[in-house]
Amino acid sequence: MPWREIHVDTIINAVKDLIIDACCILPEDSKCALEKAFQTETSPAARDALQDILTNAGIAASKRIPICQDTGLAVFFLEIGQDVHIVGGALQDAMDKAVALGYTEGYLRKSTQDHALGERVNRGDNTPAICHCRIVPGDALKITFCPKGGGSENMSAVGMLKPAAGRDGIIEFVVNTVREAGPNPCPPVIVGVGVGGTMEKAALMAKEALIRTTGEKSPDPEAAALEEELLEKINRLGIGAAGYGGKVTALAVHVQTHPVHLASLPVAVNIQCHAARHKSVVL
Amino acid sequence: MAEKHIELPLTEEIIKELHSGDRVLLSGTVYTARDEAHLYLCRMMDAKEPLPFDLNGAVIYYSGPCPAPPGAVIGPAGPTTSGRMDAYAPRLLDAGLKGMIGKGKRNKAVKESIVKNRAVYFGAVGGAGALLSSCIKEAEVIAFPELGAEAVYRLRVEDFPCAVVNDSYGGDLYEEGVRNNCVNTD
Repeated sequence: MPWREIHVDTIINAVKDLIIDACCILPEDSKCALEKAFQTETSPAARDALQDILTNAGIAASKRIPICQDTGLAVFFLEIGQDVHIVGGALQDAMDKAVALGYTEGYLRKSTQDHALGERVNRGDNTPAICHCRIVPGDALKITFCPKGGGSENMSAVGMLKPAAGRDGIIEFVVNTVREAGPNPCPPVIVGVGVGGTMEKAALMAKEALIRTTGEKSPDPEAAALEEELLEKINRLGIGAAGYGGKVTALAVHVQTHPVHLASLPVAVNIQCHAARHKSVVL
Repeated sequence: MAEKHIELPLTEEIIKELHSGDRVLLSGTVYTARDEAHLYLCRMMDAKEPLPFDLNGAVIYYSGPCPAPPGAVIGPAGPTTSGRMDAYAPRLLDAGLKGMIGKGKRNKAVKESIVKNRAVYFGAVGGAGALLSSCIKEAEVIAFPELGAEAVYRLRVEDFPCAVVNDSYGGDLYEEGVRNNCVNTD
């Protein structure tokens, strides 16, 4: 057979466990970044907040309870090998079933509401899964789960800058977005930045930038230099952990770029709280 | 900094002693309410119906907890962003509410109402829901159970850690924190 079959039941079981693990266990990269921030920080109030944040992660992991009560909307990135054939049902239905099971069995909070335009009603199972799918070479299926809380998502922004704004304009837009957000998105934050493409491409890059290992530099030297400059400027804002004032407002800035229309300069900023939860499984 | 132990409900004497930046440990009763619950409370006030709890001296905690796992009083229960309740808070403060616990900035109207009504806004560390839930000793849904995580819970807390963000004198920890820590980039 030239293709590999993956049954939806395999996906459901794996994704259900992925959801519960990701919500309860802070990944090592996020934890290391917070420990480093605690060593760097000198403001007593911010140090106390960082200590609480680290203690919290320990309690969540040992009791296997969520790190934060906002277990988010269920966002996934799927890399689907082009030689994979999913059998037994529809992929979206399988992902939705995994979300309903994971959020229920894991005692996670269901935050998804119907009727965004009117009287909001909780759906009760946190479906649907938000799935960003990409077809890649190979016969594997990689699924990354990154639950996204409302507090940090609300502070995110997209700007359609003029090309004349250039690099300085990008820096100004990103730093202003973090300044305006202040204490609201649960700093210290991770800042995902998408530059280029179209409006939705920039937003998606900003989101995808957040699942990169925290603090890992972009392989593109230009983007890496921008990351460094942005991080320095953001950490001069003085917002600090919990917004109580301090040196560490951001743990990392991750930039992704894409070729861009000659008339455009889209910039998207997706802010991630310090509870940077993400976990992958390869089937 | 030394932490102040505070027994709830809040009184004028207690509030007088609180200043932005103080670390406090709260013990007593607090009520959870967030977006939809605030809308419902204000509708009840419009209709002159009795509220599910007495607002006089009360503290509202902006939080929507996770479901309680077996054997636990409550699931993780950290603060949510307070600014979304700014549209309702001055009305509740005028009606006797004395304290709010949440995270994030309040608008000008809320800060003015805090001073006018001699109230206080506490910050809890966002994203520390597992730690904070260990300070919750009893939890009971007392109103709007249909709202799920947004229902109103009566909580009994012990040594619940907070910082005073906005005090009754106009102090603001967030503004002071940035002022003391920002590095001039000129």
